Amino acid sequence: MGEPKPNLYSESFHIEGGNFNSAGIVSTSIKSILKKLGIPGDIVRKAAIVSYEAEINVVSYAKKAVVNLTVGPGVVRIEVIDEGQGIPNIDLAMQEGYSTADQRIREMGFGAGMGLCNIKNYSDDFHIESEVGKGTHLKMTIQTP
Amino acid sequence: MRDILDAEIIVGEDCLDLEVHTAFGADLMSDVLAFAKAGSLLLTGLTNTQVIRTANVLDIAAIILVRGKKPSSETIALASELKIPILTTKYILFETAGRLYMKGIVGCLSKVENTSGRT
Repeated sequence: MGEPKPNLYSESFHIEGGNFNSAGIVSTSIKSILKKLGIPGDIVRKAAIVSYEAEINVVSYAKKAVVNLTVGPGVVRIEVIDEGQGIPNIDLAMQEGYSTADQRIREMGFGAGMGLCNIKNYSDDFHIESEVGKGTHLKMTIQTP
Repeated sequence: MRDILDAEIIVGEDCLDLEVHTAFGADLMSDVLAFAKAGSLLLTGLTNTQVIRTANVLDIAAIILVRGKKPSSETIALASELKIPILTTKYILFETAGRLYMKGIVGCLSKVENTSGRT
């Protein structure tokens, strides 16, 4: 594999749980950062979608989260580490249509049980770990040409 | 488009000479995120700021609010900031889609692929 290659860009963002109005601010920033770095439009779009879905999950279910964006040669990595209720059954949570969303989330147009599936589908590589009562850790990798 | 839908332009008076060929209509942003393609129109009856955020991440060309819905001032401000045009029409979603379809705009996909567990 050779020596690790240096990152071209990295930045961390914070998301506050429960604040529905703020959902989307981080993904909007990530989108404009990647655009400025000259990342191709379809890759920027994928990164924006996965980070937005993750933000919606954080405001819906967690207390707070850190989002780490790393752009390396040939790759965009987005990591979302939240402190919150966690996911008791990841297999079930990954099932399309499975949702524990309340009325408030649904009124915003979300909570259809598509979020994690969408994140997985738009990522080239996706990892999820969760501990009930502690939080959830998502790692998404999107390859760039 | 404005004439076909008898629509009122709420945001983006200056950037409406865009050309679109496809559209997606839904009130469920989760589905919009799963299926809508870049450069499409988004037809919806939802008016909150998350509609604008959703349109922004997907590179939606313009949002058409159906059933005469009017966005809040917060939604208008965000759309202006992110330069996403919003139109509003009194036609219902079905009628709006039909009128656009008759003018050659098609769905950004016509059918979903076979899926398991979709509800």
